[in-house]
Amino acid sequence: MIAVIDYGLGNMGSVTNALNTLGVLNTISSDPFVIKKAKAIILPGVGAAGQGMKNLKERKLDTLITNEIKKGKPFLGICLGMQLLFEKSEEGNVSCLGIFKGVVKKFRKEKKIPQIGWNQVEMKNERLKMRNLFTKIPNKSYFYFVNSYYCAPVDSKIIAGETTYGETFASIVEKDNIVGVQFHPEKSGDVGFQLLKNFIRF
Amino acid sequence: MLTKRIIPCLDMTEGKVVKGIQFINFRDAGNPITLAKKYDKQGADELVFLDITATVENRDILLDVVEKTAKQVTIPFSVGGGIRTVNDMKVILNAGADKVSVNTGGFKNPKLITDCANTFGNQCVVLSLDAKMVSKNRWNVFINGGRTDTKVSAIDWAKRATILGAGEILLTSIDTDGTKLGFNVELTKRVSQAVSVPIIASGGAGKLEDFTEIFKKGNADAALAASLFHFKELTIQQVKKCLKKNNILVRN
Repeated sequence: MIAVIDYGLGNMGSVTNALNTLGVLNTISSDPFVIKKAKAIILPGVGAAGQGMKNLKERKLDTLITNEIKKGKPFLGICLGMQLLFEKSEEGNVSCLGIFKGVVKKFRKEKKIPQIGWNQVEMKNERLKMRNLFTKIPNKSYFYFVNSYYCAPVDSKIIAGETTYGETFASIVEKDNIVGVQFHPEKSGDVGFQLLKNFIRF
Repeated sequence: MLTKRIIPCLDMTEGKVVKGIQFINFRDAGNPITLAKKYDKQGADELVFLDITATVENRDILLDVVEKTAKQVTIPFSVGGGIRTVNDMKVILNAGADKVSVNTGGFKNPKLITDCANTFGNQCVVLSLDAKMVSKNRWNVFINGGRTDTKVSAIDWAKRATILGAGEILLTSIDTDGTKLGFNVELTKRVSQAVSVPIIASGGAGKLEDFTEIFKKGNADAALAASLFHFKELTIQQVKKCLKKNNILVRN
């Protein structure tokens, strides 16, 4: 059973629709008991970092998620869910979970914000390929993005995928049991579904 | 690099897809879910559903279509038509849509745009703007299904709406809509230059060259078409092939 975390922010339905299509048992929950029992956690998110952290803290999900990650539970952060893994976001100048060192910055070089649409993800860090996140996904595949902010990790070794929108940024981060993706795999056609499948096989 | 997007539009009434010409005269174009799945398979980058009559009865039918579509397509889609309150938007997002567009509702009550953006995020709020030329290089915003001239400049309203919180603009040219004589390049270019959110150009697609033109000269970020695709005059792949030949980046 995979727990899709409910913290009151957008698009949990899209993620569960995708998981259902893949035949993966899943539930939307903010219940600590359910989340602790789950085999893996997905943190989705559409919206602002400030609201996201506020909602997590109100439900005491910030400490729960951090603990579950430390225990080694497979974790996938999608879009805002990836950004919250870092120390701080420029969006609202908010402190986030701090699991990865680095900040979340606003796009400055491109005129049209948010980035909306399909962009390429280039695989980085060959050794991460062993983790099979990219099985059956060609390099430089297109994924669907909707974001005005991007993650800037301090440790470049965790960057598994890079994308360019004015600036080149980390579109996938991966370390041990944690995966963060800036795009929406549940909305990225066949390659998106394949990535979800690969994460589930983790 | 970010690709340009090709977006089929499904105008709907009573559970059927229809197509109009200059906002009047509708033809039946088929079952919305079947069409949505087909376009997904054919390489559409997004879908737009527009409830053109937006009555209470039609709202339930629309929600049913949204729920089923969300479970069966793998690309993002937006829904519009008769959105007047934050709750209208909430219900549609909960049913599975990724974005909601506001037109007359947002113009009459601009606070709706801000409230929706604050509640759901500005990337979920699309301003649907119907514009008609009233004098040389001056386009006014028309509301109520393109029937009422608000006397407000389309460019001014586009700017204001993005400040209020709209994250994207679906710009329809009433003059070219349904004519198949090409998108409105001048209007699109001016609106695109005036705002810093992505623009979806809509109205007038008739042949392959129209798409190349609206991206190269109109500075559109996405192009929308309806009857062209519904009546199989062109396919999405044909459009994308032509764009690639003209060095415009699209998703395969």
